[in-house]
Amino acid sequence: MGTKRQFRIWRGDADGGDLRDYTVEVNEGEVVLDVIHRLQATEAPDLACRWNCKAGKCGSCSMEINGMPKLGCMTRMSTFEENETVTVTPLRTFPVIRDLVTDVSFNYEKARETPAFAPPADLAPGDYRMQQVDVERSQEFRKCIECFLCQNVCHVIRDHDENKPAFSGPRYFIRAAELDMHPLDAKSDRKEYAQAEQGLGFCNITKCCTEVCPEHIKITDNGIIPMKERVVDRRYDPLVWLGSKIFRRGQVPQTFVTSEHSPGAVRSHAASTGVHSHAGGSHDITSETQAQQGVNWHREVPHPTAPAVDANGRLPLTELTFDRAAAPSPFGDDVTFPLPPEHLNFAHPEQDEKKH
Amino acid sequence: MTNPHRDPSATTRIERHHYDVVVIGAGGAGLRAAIEARLAGKKTAIISKSLFGKAHTVMAEGGAAAAMGNVNSRDSWQVHFRDTMRGGKFLNNFRMAELHAKESPQRIWELETYGALFDRTKDGKISQRNFGGHEYPRLAHVGDRTGLELIRTLQQKIVSLQQEDKRDHGSYDARIKVFAETTITELLLDGDRIAGAFGYYRESGEFILFEAPAVVLATGGVGRSYKVTSNSWEYTGDGHALALRAGATLINMEFLQFHPTGMVWPVSVKGILVTESVRGDGGVLKNTEGKRFMFEYVPDVFRKQYAETEEEADRWYTDPDNNRRPPELLPRDEVARAINSEVKAGRGTPAGGVYLDIASRLPAEEIRRRLPSMHHQFKGLADVDITKEPMEVGPTCHYVMGGVEVDPDSGAAHGAVHGLFAAGEVSGGMHGSNRLGGNSLSDLLVFGKRAGGHAATYVDQLAARPRVEVSAVETAVETALAPLQRDTGENPYTLQQDLQAVMGDLVGIIRREGELEDALVRLAELRERVAKVSAAGGRRYNPGWHLALDLRNMLVVSECTAKAALERQESRGGHTREDFPTMDPQWRRVNLVCSLDGDTVRLERKPLPKMRTELISLFDRAELAKYLTDEELAEFDALAAADAAAAEKENR
Repeated sequence: MGTKRQFRIWRGDADGGDLRDYTVEVNEGEVVLDVIHRLQATEAPDLACRWNCKAGKCGSCSMEINGMPKLGCMTRMSTFEENETVTVTPLRTFPVIRDLVTDVSFNYEKARETPAFAPPADLAPGDYRMQQVDVERSQEFRKCIECFLCQNVCHVIRDHDENKPAFSGPRYFIRAAELDMHPLDAKSDRKEYAQAEQGLGFCNITKCCTEVCPEHIKITDNGIIPMKERVVDRRYDPLVWLGSKIFRRGQVPQTFVTSEHSPGAVRSHAASTGVHSHAGGSHDITSETQAQQGVNWHREVPHPTAPAVDANGRLPLTELTFDRAAAPSPFGDDVTFPLPPEHLNFAHPEQDEKKH
Repeated sequence: MTNPHRDPSATTRIERHHYDVVVIGAGGAGLRAAIEARLAGKKTAIISKSLFGKAHTVMAEGGAAAAMGNVNSRDSWQVHFRDTMRGGKFLNNFRMAELHAKESPQRIWELETYGALFDRTKDGKISQRNFGGHEYPRLAHVGDRTGLELIRTLQQKIVSLQQEDKRDHGSYDARIKVFAETTITELLLDGDRIAGAFGYYRESGEFILFEAPAVVLATGGVGRSYKVTSNSWEYTGDGHALALRAGATLINMEFLQFHPTGMVWPVSVKGILVTESVRGDGGVLKNTEGKRFMFEYVPDVFRKQYAETEEEADRWYTDPDNNRRPPELLPRDEVARAINSEVKAGRGTPAGGVYLDIASRLPAEEIRRRLPSMHHQFKGLADVDITKEPMEVGPTCHYVMGGVEVDPDSGAAHGAVHGLFAAGEVSGGMHGSNRLGGNSLSDLLVFGKRAGGHAATYVDQLAARPRVEVSAVETAVETALAPLQRDTGENPYTLQQDLQAVMGDLVGIIRREGELEDALVRLAELRERVAKVSAAGGRRYNPGWHLALDLRNMLVVSECTAKAALERQESRGGHTREDFPTMDPQWRRVNLVCSLDGDTVRLERKPLPKMRTELISLFDRAELAKYLTDEELAEFDALAAADAAAAEKENR
């Protein structure tokens, strides 16, 4: 009943490795992970591969099968042609430990940085009351099995290791979204946090994460886009912006000319309370603070948000084929002009002169 | 660059850590214990065999049982206690069942303060669903992924504690640290006190030594010793074996739960569970003749509570107060046995199962709403659309009721060891001879918290820290490296398959004396072979080596199961003897206790603790008569008479 099938599996470790050919027996109804187990039990007993539940519930057996990030336990052999060689490689975004096992500690570090649920102070255990319709929005994100396929496929870090410090990735955007939508979470700055600290602005909505999610969570549409939209609403709506300048003076970052102690600098209150940054904000607080102090040619310029693209990853040629009115902004749809003055890398020539 | 790990003898560098409490296992019980120990101010290590958050707890689909009374206000801890004892056929440790029933609501509510989002009732409370063996809707749930919610919530609570520690002490790992992909192979003792634990990092193969006066075992079950199982590779009875070797005892090891409805087709997903809520929501079992056969398998003890006709059963889903329950909701062992009988009588599918049909009972949209991950799983894995066609299901090894014999209040292990605690599936007694669905998730929380808290108290009361002996560490290193240094022995995978065959065929769901004796002989042979197992490859992330080390644990635990199963000459809950098909009230009074004497498993009988008066009075005499001996019944009658007399006196 079994047929012989061709497999190419990456074997090696941090020092390097290569694809090795295997011929394995495959039975009806089997998945890729079954084949890997058969290899372990026969010719490759030390073939390293993570797995646990073998039921698509734990998210351990993430791997790249014919270049597609997938769960080994959820990839049926019947989806391949019988004479097709199946190539299995480790997740590309994370450093290899051995064979198909990668070092995914990046994700756990990002998880630790994301502020936890803040319980409401006035409710005792057992007194929580929430409506089903309200919990369902967060529940969608809590379906996440942490397979990290979305993190693996996200091109912001997939080919740009240097972005990792500043970018938490789709998994943690939906964690922020989940808490933001939690009916009783006591923290109210989840969106701002995602923008300022998680690098939400790096995301240019190519939806690769949604595509690979084995739980079919609408990461982009239901998580990332609403977070971006609301951040944009609040920050760049000219009326809101103007209003904040007029009515909430002192509560929002304000530029003003400092006294004699530090000539040549424009300071912001924000430096001590948390840094206000524009879209694509740098993760580095120092450079942000410097940016707000005036000219500093060595500062790290925050990454601009890339423009919105269509499903093929291209800029649309005409608005007729695109889903929004007018041509998309080359600066990204979440950047509007004028930029707030404190975000400009500019110092007024007279700023050091004493005020009268 | 040459890899130093290729040569196993090249390095025996051992990383040392000092902790107050080491929790082995990062599932629900382990994480809850760790949270409690950390909240008690103890420096706590969590050892996870897999990545953090991948524990087997994610497999629990149905929910967590807690008598919150949100859906039916008549529910109370007393009713929950009664259901638990009934489900366990009165073999439960009554005190554990009592604590569990009383404390589970608080434990569930507590999860909400950690950020859990359970499904809600109309008035915004936690929704509760019906489940096999529970009198009222009792299971707090999140669709059919309650276990995932529980593990994620606890994981995130630990992260929040780490964030506090980062704020207060400058480091996330200051007071609670997770050692992911780390396996403990040995507990280290100072006399009869726990002094530490020894193990290895899977990733590097490097050794790691924890010096700690208290260890909480939360390692889960033993299912990997069986051919058809819902359990993951981690379930190799590590905690059971560690406890035995440290001088603790195991009870109830003959009781294994075979989930009645695991997938049997297609082959690749054999063993994966179909949650009982499929039946709770209206799913029915049919044989290949299309007959709804469960009505013929209602045992006498349950006849009063279960419907006799399909019409009455169907009315129950909408009007549970005026109708009796459908027999599909009988306790798991009854359903498993019924399916087994149907298949043996030739009315099963070619793959050895029966049909579980919900497609013809509910509209497709309703099925997708109520059982989203079930639907998703079947569609994805087997290309079966449960809204259109029935599922093919059969019994699967799922849960071990037996485990470390513990003090009910503190979770401290009995036997000749101090400083060892156990919680969750690895502990025994709570579920008696059979566990009710939904009781395991609440068990993890209730006894996880207790074990963590009492481990912390134990540490506080110690006059001096026990010391780890160097020679014990050296022995542990040798044992761990041995399979890598041998190249003449057998492949560990072959040995595991042979072990699984012995257990599956001879110590499976239906047992016979001859087969059990045969099993013991074969296990003894396997023991010789396992002692000589060899693993190819190096130390870095080598699954063959890891399995070779796990085999030792699987083997000793299997011996306990086989011995106890041979000894217990009756059928009760998760232990069915074809040659002794009925329950025997005399056997209800006996716990079978396993311990290790050198290398051999020793089995002893121990009387069951006697239920307190106010607890036993919660039951009908008629019901007790099915379980108790005449002698015990006479005692109960005397109690009742005394109560009645006292009541009359008061009235006068």
